[in-house]
Amino acid sequence: MSDSTTVANGAAAEAHHEHPPYQRHHFETVDQQFDATNFAMWIFLLTEIMFFGGLFTAYLIMRNWYYPAFVAASHQLQIGWGTANTVVLIASSFTMAMGVWSAETRRRKSLVLYLSLTLLFGLTFLGIKGIEWHEKWEKHHIPGEHYSVQSFVDPASDVEVHKQYPDDKPLQADMAQKTEEYFFLYFAMTGMHALHMVIGIGILIFMIFRARAGAYTTGHVTFVENFGLYWHFVDIIWIYLFALLYLISRH
Amino acid sequence: MSAGTIVSLPDQSTARIPKMNFLTRENGLLSWLLTGDHKRIATLYLISITFFFFIGGALAGLIRLELLTPQTSLMAADTYNKVFTMHGIIMIFFFLVPSVPATLGNFLIPMMIGAKDLALPKVNLLSWYLYIIGGAMGVYVMATGGVDTGWTFTTPLSTHYVNTHVISTALAAFIAGFSSVFTGLNFIVTIHKMRCPGMTWFRLPLFVWANYAASILMVLGTPVLAITLVLIILERTVGIGVFDPAKGGDPLLFQHLFWFYSHPAVYIMILPGMGVISEVVSTFSRKRVFGYTAVAFSSVAIAVFGFFVWAHHMFIMGISNYAALIFSLLTMLVAVPSAIKIFNWTFTLYKGSITFETPMLYAFGFMGLFTIGGLTGVFLGTTGTDIHLTETYFIVAHFHFVMVGGMLMAFLSGMHFWWPKWTGRMYPEKISQFAAVVTFIGFNFTFFPQFILGMLGMPRRYAAYPPEFQALNVFSTAGASILGVGYLLPILYLTWSLKYGAVAGNNPWQATGLEWQTQSPPLTENFLEIPVMDHEAYDYEWLEKQQEKEVASVG
Repeated sequence: MSDSTTVANGAAAEAHHEHPPYQRHHFETVDQQFDATNFAMWIFLLTEIMFFGGLFTAYLIMRNWYYPAFVAASHQLQIGWGTANTVVLIASSFTMAMGVWSAETRRRKSLVLYLSLTLLFGLTFLGIKGIEWHEKWEKHHIPGEHYSVQSFVDPASDVEVHKQYPDDKPLQADMAQKTEEYFFLYFAMTGMHALHMVIGIGILIFMIFRARAGAYTTGHVTFVENFGLYWHFVDIIWIYLFALLYLISRH
Repeated sequence: MSAGTIVSLPDQSTARIPKMNFLTRENGLLSWLLTGDHKRIATLYLISITFFFFIGGALAGLIRLELLTPQTSLMAADTYNKVFTMHGIIMIFFFLVPSVPATLGNFLIPMMIGAKDLALPKVNLLSWYLYIIGGAMGVYVMATGGVDTGWTFTTPLSTHYVNTHVISTALAAFIAGFSSVFTGLNFIVTIHKMRCPGMTWFRLPLFVWANYAASILMVLGTPVLAITLVLIILERTVGIGVFDPAKGGDPLLFQHLFWFYSHPAVYIMILPGMGVISEVVSTFSRKRVFGYTAVAFSSVAIAVFGFFVWAHHMFIMGISNYAALIFSLLTMLVAVPSAIKIFNWTFTLYKGSITFETPMLYAFGFMGLFTIGGLTGVFLGTTGTDIHLTETYFIVAHFHFVMVGGMLMAFLSGMHFWWPKWTGRMYPEKISQFAAVVTFIGFNFTFFPQFILGMLGMPRRYAAYPPEFQALNVFSTAGASILGVGYLLPILYLTWSLKYGAVAGNNPWQATGLEWQTQSPPLTENFLEIPVMDHEAYDYEWLEKQQEKEVASVG
């Protein structure tokens, strides 16, 4: 980023040195290539923050407007599953970090192992998410024509949740209707997050094949490292989703 | 060459276009469609945005024809709604946003900073493909019946009431948005990481600074538009109201999210144009840009302030009075860096050796028209006058002065200025000077009457109007036909010049930028060897010494 590195990069170029095969022709040095792609990844993550930022803004505003509905609807989420998923994702971030370390230290077998573990955790996360979504489907909590406000106008009818939150008062019909708004944002936000997971899993599978062929253990770790940044970012988004969707109405 | 010009061309009897250049290096369609070369991608972009400009222009012609008479004589009101909506969407998302950055910026930034290419050539190509996919969807929408929400996708109109192609249009803008994110991201990385030895931040040409500032806006603003469009699409498909008040949503939330991108988008559109003007004004007055640092920082200041003024589009939409007060104040503040630029260009002209080649004529057009456009923006930023003027033709005139009078003039100025570098051949000077003057006259005829119409109360976005407004509307339509000629001429003579133009040589304008120190058209990797920047930007004395040295070594 500083001027001195740029100058140094240019000076090195004058010698027309031999360069490794993975260095792209328009870069002067491997370091410059790594710096540039790494920086690009950070800026891409910045755009992702702005992308999710719009959803978070909408969620916070709606929550302020329809506070009782959002609290009641939030009680429908099972903190157990949410916590399990958080643990799974943090574990996957750990294995991803170990994967980057394996690539840097040129350990092909351990790289494949850690990437596979990351993939496994990623799939586990989606599986648990699927169970949760399925439950919403069974209770008619998916926004749309078949949406039912039964659990909110008559909390006692929803035995399991009622046991957990016996103090929840029934909502007025119009406020109960606003729980649909909560579930819409819930599906939009977790869905958008899951989409990022699916894309990440696709890239992971591609990387595992390449890693088995030894692509990332010859000193060129940029791809693994940048993917690591993406994976950790998706993890962090989930931490915020967990806090905002599950935990915020716990008290 | 006669006096009063700085053009110095090589001896035409012996001069040849260099055999090896980025255009001739490889042949065949695939070598273009799979290229990573920033200059070829810029050329692809240039051809595609010109295509969309003429679609958008034709729609503008239809709008003006309809408004020739007070009745809805040419088309039904519904059709008119679709025509002005498609005009706005095509001109903004498919012409103005990518105009200078994706063509001139793509072509010039690596050369100006002494690099071989942008940092991420594949991402650059991807951005063009995304643009083309978005554009194709835009054309598809138009062919199958269009959309009539206005380019602003205003809710609940767009999600509840109309039943036109809102979803596909939103998708088109969503995809085109990602193309602009990738362009911005690429520029930021390139400017940070790819500068040649000696090219410090304060030796960068101001064009690079301006594009850097615009890139920040693209990277931070566009994703917010993207998620807003996703929510609109979900609202239409799933039917839940985040924005639709009938379903418990908040239309004001849509306005906040939409303008959080779309106000900065105005600066995405104008900042690169300002960069062009800095280069042109300096070259044609033979002086370093006055207050280089101030102009550089004013670009960044516009980018920063640009993010804090969005609610001035919403003064009449029921935001709180205190918010209106603050946003009004902030809007006035953003006028300051723009004024800094105008004043500094004027001081650059002062005691300069000014010549009046075509790029400079367009640049003068820019300075005049942008000043009018900017100052009328202050009328609109003032809450009191805004209530009277908003949603009238005053607004239409205001943003056309900035976007067409400003950005389009700057784009044409830049196209003429760098045309010899791009193609190796000069455009014909006399006819292009004529075109610049025609454009200026036509523009004023078209849009100045609209200020008066707006003051008198003619609302925008209606196909019919009270008969007393007809005289001014006829003026405006007549002006539009002159303006049309002004835009057709460059297409014709620039195409002609591809084969018959005079051979330009490396540096016809005696300009100082690194891009002029290499052959025209440039080589695929721009320079024979990576240049070393050993002088300040716009150092005309350095250039003279350089040329003396060359003469000495040849002699």
